[in-house]
Amino acid sequence: MSGIDHARRQILAWGAAMAGVTLAPGVTLFQLAQGRPPAEPASKAVRWGMLVDANRCASDCDACVTACDKENGLSGARTPTSAQWIRKVTLTDLRGGPAKSAPVMCQHCAEPPCVDVCPTGASFKRADGIVLVDRHTCIGCRYCVMACPYQARSFVHEPVTDQKPEVPRGKGCVESCTLCVHRIDRDRIPACVEACAATGHKAILFGNLNDPASEISQRIAQFPTTALRPDLRLDPSVRYQGL
Amino acid sequence: MADLGTFGGESDARARRFAAAFAFALGGVLCGALGGAPTASAAETAVDNAASRVPKPVVAISAPGQCVEDTQFMLRNHMELLKHHRDQTVHQGVRTTKYSLANCVACHASKETGRVTGSKDAFCESCHRFAAVTLDCFECHADHPPAGIATNAALPGGVPR
Repeated sequence: MSGIDHARRQILAWGAAMAGVTLAPGVTLFQLAQGRPPAEPASKAVRWGMLVDANRCASDCDACVTACDKENGLSGARTPTSAQWIRKVTLTDLRGGPAKSAPVMCQHCAEPPCVDVCPTGASFKRADGIVLVDRHTCIGCRYCVMACPYQARSFVHEPVTDQKPEVPRGKGCVESCTLCVHRIDRDRIPACVEACAATGHKAILFGNLNDPASEISQRIAQFPTTALRPDLRLDPSVRYQGL
Repeated sequence: MADLGTFGGESDARARRFAAAFAFALGGVLCGALGGAPTASAAETAVDNAASRVPKPVVAISAPGQCVEDTQFMLRNHMELLKHHRDQTVHQGVRTTKYSLANCVACHASKETGRVTGSKDAFCESCHRFAAVTLDCFECHADHPPAGIATNAALPGGVPR
């Protein structure tokens, strides 16, 4: 398993390095990732991702969850029909040993099953790897909810009022973590990452997986990390360390 | 029409005739548009002044000024502009504000209520009620500017932060 992961990471790194070579002289991937002008579309040269360090994630902390609810105007209720974009999951070894805690959200797969099954094209992957729902096209069939192996998607059952201007959402559509796309487009990191850093845990690292010089790529190259359900070969943009 | 100067010689006579015909046609269209405009507005005024059994929409613009396009164009085409911009924003991450719904709302929200819907005199709702066209945008989108943005001001720096 670990051998396969190492090989995959190596191939990823080579791909990123080659992408770097093909760019114009003086234009690095890092520069593309930072400060994209508002009129410029998202670029394939960037692939946004997260690295969650379960060793740094405190089991009694849910700062990322509350930050997500606040940023995206979610109610924060935990009824069976309320939307939740990021959850804290506790993993316990059946034979005992310390329990691990980590946030799980949309894993922003490179091969997203939700996009495969969507009958209207509402589920889509943006050029920079962010998997989104176009609510203008979503008919609320919830095939994607069934298809997602991470149970990352929620359906909005009730009418929504007082939405955040940056995060439009309403009844009858499926939704999930957007990687705070409205913040990324304005050069800000996702709300959960910011909140986690504010608590001092710094368990979530956000960055450009396509840039071999980025901190996230360096850490993935240096330490053993894994995807959730790697057997499905979905190549998620969210990776986990210390699980 | 600067291209006319590039035609020369007898071999290009046909091209020159074509260009002249095109110029004549274009001039006719322009004259028609310029001449037609006052007639149309006069007709509209006459209709407005006549006692009408149909209640007209009250379009209260708290901050009269220049919209992103001509008023008549916006009346007919605002939905197309919004739809085009929404696809660019959602799918490509283009975040310009000229044709964004957030920019519309920031400028056109009522000074009293801070919203573009919610009453028969609200900017969007007044016309949509009159035309009996369902206004779906605000089932998901906020009908008020972001917190910290003064009503009737275009978004600072063009981008809501």
